Amino acid sequence: MTRFVLRRIGYYTFVAVVLAFFALPLLWLLTAPFTDTPTYRVEWPDFTFANFATIWEHPYALGSLLNSVILAGGTAVIVVALSALAAYALSRVRIPGRDALLYTLLLLSSIITGTAAMVPLFQLAVTAGLIDSQLGLVLIMTGGLLPAAIFMLKDFMDTTPKSYEESARVFGASPLRIVWDVVVPVVRPGLATIAVWSVANVWGNFLMPYLLLSDVEKQPAAVIMYTLYTEGGSPNLRLLSTFGLLYSVPVVLMYLFVSKKYGFRFHGGIKR
Amino acid sequence: MIELRSLTKVYPGGVKALDALDLEVRDGEFFALLGPSGCGKTTLLRTIAGLETATSGQVVIGGRDVTNVQPGGRDVAMVFQDYALFPHMDVTDNISYPLRIKKVPRAVRADKAREVGERLGLERLMDRRPGQLSGGQQQRVALARVMATQAQAFLFDEPLSNLDARLRLEARTFLKKLQRELGVTTVFVTHDQAEALAMADRMAVMDAGHIRQIGTPAEVFQRPANTFVAAFIGSTPMNLLDGVVRGDTLEVAGSSVPVPASAAGRLTDGEKIVYGVRPEYLTYSAEPVPGALRGEVVLTESLGASHLVTLEAAGETVQVIVAEGSEPELGDLGHAVPRADRSLVYRDGELV
Repeated sequence: MTRFVLRRIGYYTFVAVVLAFFALPLLWLLTAPFTDTPTYRVEWPDFTFANFATIWEHPYALGSLLNSVILAGGTAVIVVALSALAAYALSRVRIPGRDALLYTLLLLSSIITGTAAMVPLFQLAVTAGLIDSQLGLVLIMTGGLLPAAIFMLKDFMDTTPKSYEESARVFGASPLRIVWDVVVPVVRPGLATIAVWSVANVWGNFLMPYLLLSDVEKQPAAVIMYTLYTEGGSPNLRLLSTFGLLYSVPVVLMYLFVSKKYGFRFHGGIKR
Repeated sequence: MIELRSLTKVYPGGVKALDALDLEVRDGEFFALLGPSGCGKTTLLRTIAGLETATSGQVVIGGRDVTNVQPGGRDVAMVFQDYALFPHMDVTDNISYPLRIKKVPRAVRADKAREVGERLGLERLMDRRPGQLSGGQQQRVALARVMATQAQAFLFDEPLSNLDARLRLEARTFLKKLQRELGVTTVFVTHDQAEALAMADRMAVMDAGHIRQIGTPAEVFQRPANTFVAAFIGSTPMNLLDGVVRGDTLEVAGSSVPVPASAAGRLTDGEKIVYGVRPEYLTYSAEPVPGALRGEVVLTESLGASHLVTLEAAGETVQVIVAEGSEPELGDLGHAVPRADRSLVYRDGELV
């Protein structure tokens, strides 16, 4: 009995330590913005909003968050639209070597947005006149995300019964009509997943916008964060923590929203 | 009217699902495609619907050759085995979806959906989603959706297979009644011979891409055209016994039975045949009767109001239906008297 109790105590102590280890940075992110002179320690906040006022006056901080929204939103819309059509086609049409094609795409995609493709991508953007353009960045990010998105969505499409579409076909619906009326609503949770995943990917991407956008007015939050240093070259913890909090809130809100709205699946209509 | 002319379907990979089928489904008929799984019956239905394209041959619906017409242009409507109701639409939207495709105004669609829904007793379920309906209700929604199309012909793929046993009997009666009232040419696929016999006006028994017999349920049940159909139809399998022609009699399972009237004069002495008679068309007798199959009672199975008695006769098994209350004891010597107009002779698997 005592051994059991001791083991329980040991187990929960261990869990508590691990939790604290991961919770500390988050706690810091929550407290530091409200502290006058934040350090690297988690301290009881002073509940001051002075840091937010400073960020408000920063010439690029708020604009960069808007840029992030534009870039992430634009990429997500294009990725969802294109990957839905591609995944549907790949799932429903028999093409020889389809799986090989998919795996090759997936493999290549992990290279394309990575550091290995940095130089060629930069040159490509310059040649195509897409350098320092948000549209160019959206297209390049879309290209990087599409293969994995198609791969994931195809899995989703494969699990939706074909008889929905066949039924609509017999009623005379055109393929696009079927996609819109039947396929999209049925795979909506999958589309939401892809959208969230795309947004999170673009939101957190530093390398590509840093590389392709030189105009500071066009740069997203991830890049602007990199500039929040004092003249001495050490990180400005007041601005960094405050901006960091503002930077994370939209993503957290998006997760909450999507999981509330799309965190369910339609059931029924197909008798198994 | 649906006409199929030497319809052939070969799947990529060389599997011949349909082999030069000819079939005519008459106007207003309730027609069953019956066969074991893999016989091509579903492929045939899907080819009529246009979901599969024929490799060769023709599909003619209402006098129009629709072989190369898309499913939507064939003026047929189909109920799928899994019903395929759209899970994100309520019953009204599901029923009126075909009309939405045809760009019928919303108000007209809603009226039509309500009208058809009421006819099938769905009026209180119109706002529900398919996930909130029972299996039987889902089936009725699927039927309502098909009725709303006002298509020339209906196609049902295994319409009852997803219902539980009790509901299935109810639905069988309901479907047959509905089809009769609507008078729309309807083809349905089933693997259940009892279902086909009960519902169909006429039926086709299929095997390995071929039609083995076409006829009314009574014809198919009473005079199966070949041993395949004979063995497939009937809730208790037909007795198919090897025999030899001996003049006016047949030597079957160690007994001697008269040559059935239908085969009289068409048999040659000494020829090997298969003698077929259904357990329902045999009368059990404890006393010896001339022209009966004689054997020892080895098994009796209760069928409720009657018993299926198995006799062992010279190494062959003969099954007889015996009314309740008069079932024999195990080990008794029994005599099974065939009904003269219901016993059949098969030569090389085909009816003589």
